[in-house]
Amino acid sequence: MNYSYQDVLETINMIQQEHLDIRTVTMGISLLSCIDSDIDKACRKVYDKITAYGENLVSVCEGIEKEFGIPIINKRISVTPIAMLAAACPGAEVKKFAHALQNAADTLGINFIGGYSALVHKGFSAGDYALIESIPEALAETTNVCSSVNIGSTKAGINMDAVAKMGKVIRRCSELTADNNCIGAAKLVVFCNAPEDNPFMAGAFHGPGEADCVINVGVSGPGVVVAALKKCGKDCSIDVLAETIKRTAFKITRMGQLVAREASRRLCVPFGIVDLSLAPTPAVGDSVAHILEEMGLETCGGCGTTACLAMLNDAVKKGGVMASSHVGGLSGAFIPVSEDAGMIDAARSGCLKLEKLEAMTAVCSVGLDMIVIPGDTTADVISGIIADEAAIGMVNSKTTAVRLIPAIGKSMGEELDFGGLLGSGPIMPVNTASPSVFINRGGRIPAPMHSLKN
Amino acid sequence: MKAVISVIGTDTVGILAKVSDVCFKNNCNIVDVTQKVLQEYFTMIMIVEIDQCAVSFAELSDQLNRLGQEMGLSIHTMHEDIFNSMHRI
Repeated sequence: MNYSYQDVLETINMIQQEHLDIRTVTMGISLLSCIDSDIDKACRKVYDKITAYGENLVSVCEGIEKEFGIPIINKRISVTPIAMLAAACPGAEVKKFAHALQNAADTLGINFIGGYSALVHKGFSAGDYALIESIPEALAETTNVCSSVNIGSTKAGINMDAVAKMGKVIRRCSELTADNNCIGAAKLVVFCNAPEDNPFMAGAFHGPGEADCVINVGVSGPGVVVAALKKCGKDCSIDVLAETIKRTAFKITRMGQLVAREASRRLCVPFGIVDLSLAPTPAVGDSVAHILEEMGLETCGGCGTTACLAMLNDAVKKGGVMASSHVGGLSGAFIPVSEDAGMIDAARSGCLKLEKLEAMTAVCSVGLDMIVIPGDTTADVISGIIADEAAIGMVNSKTTAVRLIPAIGKSMGEELDFGGLLGSGPIMPVNTASPSVFINRGGRIPAPMHSLKN
Repeated sequence: MKAVISVIGTDTVGILAKVSDVCFKNNCNIVDVTQKVLQEYFTMIMIVEIDQCAVSFAELSDQLNRLGQEMGLSIHTMHEDIFNSMHRI
């Protein structure tokens, strides 16, 4: 045997005690073959294709779970941005596509279906505007459909018309689901530099450059990293911590690669990527904030947080990249506030603030994620936050995103509870000085230059 | 193909015998056993060949799981590929 007694116990301990799991196996399906000028026909084709391709997704994943003893928490599907299908049926009621996606998700028994999306980083094409307008109703009337809009990129700049629009759309999503913890807004992400092969929700979609069908896998293991760092103690140098994180990330990712390869083989679908991510859950002991605190911070959000996160994010990538044949998606540490027990505590205590989170997004995966803001925050302020976050992504050639939940009818001191993986979060204060004139100018922020770096 | 059966719990008479019995009844050849007892805390790692196994992997895993519940032990059955992947390049 190639592995030792200790290796076996270590793996079992990671899974049983430290919450190591596969966060998601996501099947990406191209819907370009379903385009039809009759929206009802298109919806039928969408439903038929998804249910045919995804027929065995859940059962195969459950088989892998059983055989390898690794929990696969979510089985998901991502599809071609629906705006591309909506472009062929002008004047039609676009949200019918959302219902087709929901019906397919119900039939297959999957956890989420992503791709009710539009890519408008340079401008709106046919279908984009209608889709964006329909997002609030589509998300209020469905439960498992996720939506994303890409409003900027390093090569194209930032579409400020889209930024202004999305502030209003996010508010509307919350308003329409105010009696259900404003859940609509938790299923909508606004991106800059959105990746086309992301397996994580709410931002997953199947990019137009992808194959007809692929399997992408996202892993999750903050608890394993916390436990490994605990063993290092308080006296070792940062070099030792970085090495420990790399080794741990390697092991976590190898497991993701194994599951991805098996799922791909059993479903006869090509393997796409493994997303090298540290994705927290609200469960105690599965928190990215606790990793930062284990590195030596009193509380996540205090001075030193950005530096710790930068090191963590880099070490995760260095360890993970050798463990998988293809790496992609969002790859890095996630900092969704409501989904991370340590972040929730830090936000409640007032130590973690929106401004610090913004700085943190400059050095880690994704961006301002699952943050509950006061219900009276204006659409223009939300657009201002989106513009700031997109600027960080655009200038630094990285993916950034915004997923804010305005808590309609609630104010500071109150909380929203989404349940499940989405967790719960306290309302965080937002700077209310108005950016209205800037936001409503419209137009585009030009793409940044890539020399004379300073 | 090999499966790794891990048994963790309080030491008691007949653990090895009963786990081996399930393997025998399902035609699984035991190729390696390591066990340790530390202060009444029992851990055992058993490697078995499952190519000729009379039942599916899932069924074997369920049978051992039931045995674990009866004996108050935690028994996990996992494909050996996970250990090869995680611990060897």
